[in-house]
Amino acid sequence: MIEPLLCELSVPGRRGVRFPEPDVPRAELPAGLVRQDLPLSELSEVDVIRHFTRLSQLNYSIDTGYYPLGSCTMKYNPKINEETARLPGFANIHPLQPVETIQGAMLLMFELQEMLKEIGGFAGVTLQPAAGAHGELTGVLIIRAYHEARGDSKRTKILIPDSAHGTNPATSAMSGMQVVQLASDARGNVDLEALRAECDDSLAGLMLTNPNTLGLFDENVEEVIRMVHEAGGLVYGDGANMNALLGITRPGDLGFDVLHYNLHKTFSTPHGGGGPGSGPVGVAAHLVDFLPGPIVDIIEEGDDEQPPLYGLVTPAKSIGRVKAFQGHFGMMVRAYTYIRMHGPEGLRKISEYAVLNANYLMARLKDTYTLPYDRTCMHEFVLEGRWADAPDVHALDIAKRLMDYDFHPPTNYFPLIVHEALMIEPTETESKQTLDAFVDALLKIAEEAHTQPETLKEAPHKTPVGRLDEVKAAKELVLCCGVDASFALPDFELS
Amino acid sequence: MFIPHTDAEREAMLQTIGVTLVEELFKDVPAAHRFPDLNLPPGLTEMEAMAEMQGLAGVNETVRDLVSFLGAGAYNHYIPAAVDAIIRRGEFLTAYTPYQPELSQGTLRAIFDYQSSIAALTGMEACNASHYDGATAVAEAVSMAVANFRGKRTKIVISPALHPHYRATVRTYNPGNAITLVGDSSEVDLESGPEALIPLIDAHTALVVVQYPDFFGRIFDYSALAEATHAAGALLAVAVNPMALGMLTPPGDFGADIVTGEGQPLGIPLSYGGPYLGLFATRKDYVRKMAGRLVGETVDKDGKRAYVLTLTAREQHIRREKATSNICTNQGLIALAATVYLSLLGKGGLKEVSELCYHKAHFAASQIAALPGFELWHQGPFYHEFVVRCPRPVKEINEHLLEHDVLGGYDLGQDYPELKDHMLIAVTEMNSREDIDLLVDVLAEVSDD
Repeated sequence: MIEPLLCELSVPGRRGVRFPEPDVPRAELPAGLVRQDLPLSELSEVDVIRHFTRLSQLNYSIDTGYYPLGSCTMKYNPKINEETARLPGFANIHPLQPVETIQGAMLLMFELQEMLKEIGGFAGVTLQPAAGAHGELTGVLIIRAYHEARGDSKRTKILIPDSAHGTNPATSAMSGMQVVQLASDARGNVDLEALRAECDDSLAGLMLTNPNTLGLFDENVEEVIRMVHEAGGLVYGDGANMNALLGITRPGDLGFDVLHYNLHKTFSTPHGGGGPGSGPVGVAAHLVDFLPGPIVDIIEEGDDEQPPLYGLVTPAKSIGRVKAFQGHFGMMVRAYTYIRMHGPEGLRKISEYAVLNANYLMARLKDTYTLPYDRTCMHEFVLEGRWADAPDVHALDIAKRLMDYDFHPPTNYFPLIVHEALMIEPTETESKQTLDAFVDALLKIAEEAHTQPETLKEAPHKTPVGRLDEVKAAKELVLCCGVDASFALPDFELS
Repeated sequence: MFIPHTDAEREAMLQTIGVTLVEELFKDVPAAHRFPDLNLPPGLTEMEAMAEMQGLAGVNETVRDLVSFLGAGAYNHYIPAAVDAIIRRGEFLTAYTPYQPELSQGTLRAIFDYQSSIAALTGMEACNASHYDGATAVAEAVSMAVANFRGKRTKIVISPALHPHYRATVRTYNPGNAITLVGDSSEVDLESGPEALIPLIDAHTALVVVQYPDFFGRIFDYSALAEATHAAGALLAVAVNPMALGMLTPPGDFGADIVTGEGQPLGIPLSYGGPYLGLFATRKDYVRKMAGRLVGETVDKDGKRAYVLTLTAREQHIRREKATSNICTNQGLIALAATVYLSLLGKGGLKEVSELCYHKAHFAASQIAALPGFELWHQGPFYHEFVVRCPRPVKEINEHLLEHDVLGGYDLGQDYPELKDHMLIAVTEMNSREDIDLLVDVLAEVSDD
């Protein structure tokens, strides 16, 4: 029996927490505005702890196993980060406190901005965006504001390679830009001819993931950037794959104008089952004035006796704020801790070993699984999960079967330009033993695909639940406890 | 530290790859920009890093070192120990987004519990798995409303008493002239109630946005506003403080179509502004228009009840440029914290702490109003935050309060020129009667008697 829902465990009259009686006179409650019923569950603390602990045991996680998820950078999340983020001096400060009372936090944010500038090769950084997609939105709004400030408002076209994450086109559309998809060439690079054809005076910019989602460093990246710049456009870098570049190269040096970092990928803050993330954005000198505010800067210079005073400032032509307050500070503390522990040599080592691990896996798997782009990869690579002589087996089946071998599947069916894609990113924190065990499982599955395909089609066999009826979920749409299944929408189509 | 390889293992791996040096793997990187020297301080051991972090943290004066009356969108509440005990479990903390449901039933069921709890609290029929914070949730409500009318209605009526950061975020999300925002540019008097917005609503209006309690802590019955909004064919979005809903009529009861909110009061530390939790709930008619992840109930191949991310065809990874939002990563772990908090308190506990805030705030307000030179700006109902007209500039008063280790209220003159010398004071269950007496005593020293 799998753990019931909270509402099913509820027993009227139970309570997990009590609060003191008021030490002030009770005020009259506002007439007509008091709720009659509060239909929340009623549980003891033991009930709550057991419920959520049992739920946790139904999860796969980095702490329990290996996640080869391409473009997700599921590296180990150091435990010290959880301690530092919870230090009372960080956890218990209010976002609107006078800056004089929180100089430690201000200094941390200032230094983190400086570190990210140095790592990415940029002139300015905002820490405000809440996640990668939020950083993308910030970056594209900056590009838009830059052109408008120059009176160049006809520039509304954003080019996006066909290998890009879905967030890139969604972000551009959300920012009021027109999206044009760019083809990749036979080696997985941006197709230069396709790019040239789009380089006109309506070009606002190019969103480029480099290394791209095939795990390949674009061999023509400088030429690509030069062409966009010559046409008057700007180049946005999707930093989702920054784990390949620490101390290897700086996107700013290559000519990128804007880039978002994912603190929850590259800089080890935990994914938390879907968030929170943090998506700082770095920009070249000509875009610094457009950054969302506030950012942290020195507001009074120090001298021999006094340290400088750090405070919040809003850049001159700021696009405005992209969220309330100053960003995901708790994630900043974790990333700062991580960068401080690594230093320049440690950061380069992260990327070197992430790339070493990926190339090792690729070398061991490419004779058994089709490798559509056979080049040295960066931190990830993409295989095809299909064989001509095992026509019933798909990438999905391989992914599900891996669960029976105690591995999380790779990202599958992405990037869209590879058939039956299996996108594998090992990260630097996995040992040779783990990688070898993973290879062994994939080789065994390849064999099973040919000898006993039904085992794959029926997989997984060992997980708390088997394959789900996703059509039923979408058709009947039961989204809350206690709401009956008549929620189905008459006009619903699975499209 | 976090890289397990021995030198021998590295050499063996290089050999399998067919190269001799790790550097050879980076030949595609332009040579002129390969292997830059990063000008960063050298790495630290864990022991040294902890000492440095303790040093930085120790410089900050916290809301526990001081007596805090600062709110304005982020509130100092008690967080039961069990909340952190659950969210620190590695199985939740270090899990990925639950795209593989067979390996993620824990996260998926916890999100389903979250959706159920928030729907119950707000009086709505469906809730997504979260947005980034209270500000971006409002911005997403605007996008959803505009998409709901397929871009044919582009006017948004926004209350001037909506949090200034939320209004600013909506503007950042909507550059250019695609939508028109009215209501918070001196069209209505700040002191008037929600009825003042009604004349601004017309056939072009997609959405009306108000806050509950509003930025100034005031509580209004929005029934008449909801009626006028619906009569014009528009939608009503209400941004809530979920703590207040422990005692107040839920927005679903007076006709809200979208409820957003800042979930931070539900067991989330202040943490200098984030990570927090963007609540987003709606009616079933609008579920398909709502952005963000959603968990639905289904069965597995053996008929066993199970949970899965559903209606994903709305989202960016499927719809790409046709999606109404680009949201991907959300606030998963923070939503879990809020769910644990709500389940520990339950219906009785949330009501208890909500009323505790209310009683303490009303006591503080009555004491301050009795001081010469101080006056309550608003005479009607309020929740746990209120506006006081001060005899001197707020900055000056706050500096004086800080000398007595009191963190004063928010200076409203920063955002509202007409509220120069007005302070927004928040009181929660964390403030004892002694704290309130201290605030009143120090304020008495600056009163203009």
